[in-house]
Amino acid sequence: MSVSPAEVKSPETGQETERDLPWVTIVWNDPVNLMSYVTYVFQTVFGYAKPKAEKLMLDVHHKGRAVVSSGARESMERDAETLHGFGLWATVSHDK
Amino acid sequence: MARFRASQGGVTARFGAAQARIVRDLVSQVAELLGADPETETDEGHGANGSAGQDLEAGFGLTDATEAPRDPVLARLLPDAYRDDPEAAGEFRRYTELSLRDGKVAAARTVLGTLPARGGRVRLSQPDAEAWLRALNDVRLALGVRLGVTDDFEEVGNGINPADPRAAYVWVYHWLAYLQESLVEALS
Repeated sequence: MSVSPAEVKSPETGQETERDLPWVTIVWNDPVNLMSYVTYVFQTVFGYAKPKAEKLMLDVHHKGRAVVSSGARESMERDAETLHGFGLWATVSHDK
Repeated sequence: MARFRASQGGVTARFGAAQARIVRDLVSQVAELLGADPETETDEGHGANGSAGQDLEAGFGLTDATEAPRDPVLARLLPDAYRDDPEAAGEFRRYTELSLRDGKVAAARTVLGTLPARGGRVRLSQPDAEAWLRALNDVRLALGVRLGVTDDFEEVGNGINPADPRAAYVWVYHWLAYLQESLVEALS
């Protein structure tokens, strides 16, 4: 996927533990949520400018999913919980 | 048809009596479904009116639920946060599901508290408008599951036999999309 938030390289040395890998929040496509609403949610929840929010929404729509945030696991879980509050289908996973 | 417009400090819309009744009815049903005790939920939560006892129990709220709800509507409203890790999904659910349910029920209450049962003018502050957005979206998600909405639903919806009890809900589903879209625009 060619999605914006922080491109992160996987460790090549094998020295780093799993904890060093950042986590991501993924939003999955859904036939019900309105495109305008999903854009609005990305702007509201993440403070993204409209063009970035729209690009992410279109990625979700066309590619089936998009990484909408990345960082510590706890923050990703908070993001997922917030997105669930808005009715978006969000999951947390390791960025591998 | 009711649609939202931006107004000083918020948004406003005028609802006919029938429109208000539909919105209030569906929002109440979703709130009831969310308040139901996960232990005793049935697959007929949508439209069920005989669940007062369950609702009462759920008012006290504690649950050890770690699995996604069996009811497909609840499973959509309260999704797993980990796709391939049931243990992490269960742990996440244990810590977040109740507040998620509470948030959704609170949004539903905001709608019920600001939309007169007989319709009329609705004026919403920004926070109330956002609660409306979330509540309308939850209703549409619930309808979407019950109607089997897919990406090419426009066609499927048109193909439903008018005698099918779901036919009326197809219309409501599209109308709510229109209403929600107008609310997003009014807030943008």
